[in-house]
Amino acid sequence: MSDVSLTVNGRRVSGSAEDRTLLVHFLREQLGLTGTHVGCDTSQCGACVVHVDGRAVKSCTMLAVQASGSTIVTIEGLANGADLHPVQAAFKEHHGLQCGFCTPGMIMTATDMIARHPEGLDETTVRAELDGNICRCTGYHNIVKAILAASQAMAKGAKGRARQAA
Amino acid sequence: MGIEGVGARVARKEDKRFITGGGRYVDDMVVPGMKHAVFVRSPYAHAQIKKIDVKKAQAMPGVVGVLTGKELKADGIGNLICGWMIHSKDGTPMKMGAWSPLAVDKVRYVGDAVVIVIADTKSQARDAAEAVEITYKELKAVVEATKALEKGAPQVHAEAENNLIFDWELGDAKATDAAIKSAAHVTRMKIVNNRLVPNAMEPRAALGHYDKAEDHYTCWTTSQNPHVARLVLSAFYNVAPENKLRVIAPDVGGGFGSKIYIYPEEIVCLWASKKTGVPVKWVADRTESFLADAHGRDHVSTVEMAFDKDNRITGLKVDTIANLGAYMSLFSSCVPTYLYATLLSGQYDIPAIHANVRAVYTNTAPVDAYRGAGRPEATYVLERVMETAARELGVSPAELRRKNFITSFPHQTPVIMNYDAGDYDASLEAAMKAADYAGFTKRRADAAKQGKLRGIGMSCYIEACGLAPSAAVGSLGAGVGLWESAEVRVNAVGTIEVLTGSHSHGQGHETTFAQLVNQRFGVPIDSVSIVHGDTDKVQMGMGTYGSRSGAVGMSAVAKALDKVEAKAKKIAAHLMEADEGDIVIENGEVKVVGTDKSLPWLQVALAAYTAHNLPAGMEPGLKETAFYDPSNFTFPAGCYICEVEIDPETGLTEIVQFVAADDFGNIINPMIVEGQVHGGIAQGVGQALLEGAHYDSSGQLLTASYMDYTMPRADDLPSFKVSTSNTPCPGNPLGVKGCGEAGAIGSPPAVINAITDALGVVDIAMPASPSTVWSAIRAKKY
Repeated sequence: MSDVSLTVNGRRVSGSAEDRTLLVHFLREQLGLTGTHVGCDTSQCGACVVHVDGRAVKSCTMLAVQASGSTIVTIEGLANGADLHPVQAAFKEHHGLQCGFCTPGMIMTATDMIARHPEGLDETTVRAELDGNICRCTGYHNIVKAILAASQAMAKGAKGRARQAA
Repeated sequence: MGIEGVGARVARKEDKRFITGGGRYVDDMVVPGMKHAVFVRSPYAHAQIKKIDVKKAQAMPGVVGVLTGKELKADGIGNLICGWMIHSKDGTPMKMGAWSPLAVDKVRYVGDAVVIVIADTKSQARDAAEAVEITYKELKAVVEATKALEKGAPQVHAEAENNLIFDWELGDAKATDAAIKSAAHVTRMKIVNNRLVPNAMEPRAALGHYDKAEDHYTCWTTSQNPHVARLVLSAFYNVAPENKLRVIAPDVGGGFGSKIYIYPEEIVCLWASKKTGVPVKWVADRTESFLADAHGRDHVSTVEMAFDKDNRITGLKVDTIANLGAYMSLFSSCVPTYLYATLLSGQYDIPAIHANVRAVYTNTAPVDAYRGAGRPEATYVLERVMETAARELGVSPAELRRKNFITSFPHQTPVIMNYDAGDYDASLEAAMKAADYAGFTKRRADAAKQGKLRGIGMSCYIEACGLAPSAAVGSLGAGVGLWESAEVRVNAVGTIEVLTGSHSHGQGHETTFAQLVNQRFGVPIDSVSIVHGDTDKVQMGMGTYGSRSGAVGMSAVAKALDKVEAKAKKIAAHLMEADEGDIVIENGEVKVVGTDKSLPWLQVALAAYTAHNLPAGMEPGLKETAFYDPSNFTFPAGCYICEVEIDPETGLTEIVQFVAADDFGNIINPMIVEGQVHGGIAQGVGQALLEGAHYDSSGQLLTASYMDYTMPRADDLPSFKVSTSNTPCPGNPLGVKGCGEAGAIGSPPAVINAITDALGVVDIAMPASPSTVWSAIRAKKY
């Protein structure tokens, strides 16, 4: 057993875990953050994507002890209080989810994708970058639509803030 | 249509919990004292179990129980059953072999459950499972249905000689043979429908909790139909009487058919919870899902379609071998029979049809309904043959279809179904327009200049949904009725709860069912809660599959709303001293027509519960129940067009456009309907281009992870062009037909018709992977 200390969704947490415990299991079972899901055993499906120190990571590919000292954001920590994150809002508005199981991973991947492409996104790029996330319900059509819409909304929001600051 | 009423594009109420991490799936459930289970599964496709030694495993850290099939049998737990009786054409009943929830003497496929290991943590259970020692005597296995029928093939069950479960027929053999004999042209094909793994993203899971003090069981399970689960667990598997068993299917992460059935794991977790005295949770890992979820499709058919000199179809003869795997799953027998052969008339006026179906045991995972269930197989047979016939006859595929369309309704086909409404020309026209079909020749020439092969293919599908009139399915062998129930509870303050036997696992019932209530009473959908998925809350229901939630489930809600409306009107008439017939309910107001008299909806609701001033003899309260049994199936239909571009150097197929024009009757929420079509098309394109479950000859599943089984990903698919037309369904009060399966039914033949068009070949196997396409190109060139 090893000690694990993390900052998760803005809160400092610590616990102990077997060396073989994956980050996803630590989040789900020790911290009760069950929004992060496990959909496969081979790091293919992306249902477990969280942000570790600002980068999208499949939390089934990382040991809990490896993550110790990191700052983690999960789907539960994405919204600003009662205000949905623009990506969450876009998934709802554009019907980017059906059963909801892949959704947390999709949204965490999408927010990371948008952050890495401040120049904006097009459909081909979104589809290529969703390669690590599998959805069985939506055929991706509305997920792609939602991500493109969120990307545009966030760019507008950023410009608006920049104007205000100026 | 109000902004939240029927037909409105309303964002989903249920989304908030899913997008914020607040969904509650079975794996998220925690019960005090809960332990974790791992199943030891057969590594052989076919073997005798000689000895099971659990001593070492029992002594491992954290282990609380290691249980075998012998103990399960000793406690009187029953075998799994198939709930639909099919009789062979000689009148004998189907030959069902025994399926014990934990194998006792013999294992019949890789993944067959043999032992359950329960420990404090899942890791400990996994470690202990490795220490269970099972001695097997391996037997020869058979994986292909056609080979299983050969003389001397390994025998999967003693009950089914030559592995033949039934040899069934439908239609008029004599008339069909005569049509073929006198035909001006006959198109003949061998058609293979590849085996698929459903792959809902949430793996199956079960949590069994036995409460000793109450002698009561609770089962949380990933089910599309928790009430059917309770019924079967109680009546056939002897787990507990119904009043001592609560089944809860909370948020369920997709089903596509694979979560209809009651599997060994639920039975064993419930039994093991009593046996060990602790709540027992099992969650499948993905490879387990590949091995032990019911698979779909796996048909081999020979087909003959006869035409007269005017290119009118005069007869269709189909001979199909259906692989049902190692055991007969709950509805396995009806899929290749009454959900398949009854749809072989398609959208066409065919005077004579004959179908013969042999269902066969093999040493593979059980095969049952997967999105579309029988109807994709029928559509694939028919639409591949139509396309090939058009090419042989030298006529356009659209013209050949149009010439043979059914144009007047109702239409009785020679294979049971009575189509109630449709306009097949309308969807064909809409699809061709959306696809710019006329411009294809130029696009093909342009692609050729770039060294690419371009092809276009269409598919005109019909399906039967809304399963179904209970008496009709009962006469065809179903062990259950296929009605649906609803209860509408108006609370004293006017808010409303709708309890339904339908189950939502992605379909958006919490929104669409509430839209129905909004349409009726004008109550905002936020004041309407949909309750489902719990046998303690909803008395009985038949669940969600076969695109039945709208046509059957919502029709039951509409019926209960009728009763609530009638009582509310009586109360309002009494309060306002008006005639009952003059009362209307609009936008949350209960009004007397032609006057300015009105009462807010909540005041009528409150009056029902204060009961201070009700009509003489009226019971207090405002709550009504309805059971709805449809009068017919519903018949969604449409036309799909796929255009592909193939790189002859790599064999890679790109779908450059995909058009769907569907007729689903009336639509409650177009946004949700479009989403259903998108998802269905993705699964159909997956079947055509990417997916295939492959066993080697010894029965090992070679495609048992996402590294081996190709799931459609975002960059495999285009955005889809979808549209709908509407011939309202006359058979239910809402005029709806169902939209859940259409995409998966209509798309595979459209894709394969496009690829064969591009390559100039008659047929190509699904999945048409780059290597398959590349080989086909090479075989043609050299």
